Amino acid sequence: MNPVTFGLAFAFGCFGIALLMNLWRLFRSDSLGDRILALDTMVINAIALLALYGIAAETTVYFEAALLFALTGFVSSVAYARFLLRGNIVE
Amino acid sequence: MPVEWIIAGFLVLGGLFGLIASFGLLRLSDPMQRLHAPTKAGTVGLWSILIASALYGALVEGRPVGHEVLIVLLLLVTAPITAIFLAKVHMHQRMREGDLPPSGTGRSWATFARGPHPGDRAGP
Repeated sequence: MNPVTFGLAFAFGCFGIALLMNLWRLFRSDSLGDRILALDTMVINAIALLALYGIAAETTVYFEAALLFALTGFVSSVAYARFLLRGNIVE
Repeated sequence: MPVEWIIAGFLVLGGLFGLIASFGLLRLSDPMQRLHAPTKAGTVGLWSILIASALYGALVEGRPVGHEVLIVLLLLVTAPITAIFLAKVHMHQRMREGDLPPSGTGRSWATFARGPHPGDRAGP
């Protein structure tokens, strides 16, 4: 068996379970900061899954999607945190 | 053939770090502790996956690896900013000014500083 195939399968499983744990944290949480953190971690795990799928499919198309995920995830996390801190986003 | 074993090692390492990050987010008890797991271990996990992807692209497929470098640099810049904003949200919602040690600058911590109301406009 090709070691890369095994590594890909293992990492796919790990990040899938990680996404489920983030969902659990998102639903069973008592503060808004924790929910933003769980969403940010979900974005990071989704980027990892996209990169893994890019390796598996041997194409570079998914890196564009991963870049977009990284940018929008960062901006949305910071905007939500700033809204909680200041009551508005753009002053 | 050893190249593929190295790539597989990076993939397994990244998967384990991603799993540990989400497990830490689920299991740690304090909100400030929960900030540690995804912002550090999660970043390392994603970096390992991207290093494996860059190695695979450069050594097996023979293509340029600019995308991976871009994503790694973007994460290096954005992960600490997200962490510090979430820490400020926690301080803002759960802590009072007396809970923190003195800032050592003569002023209070910036999170508790009273600025003008965002709707107000300075001037005549």
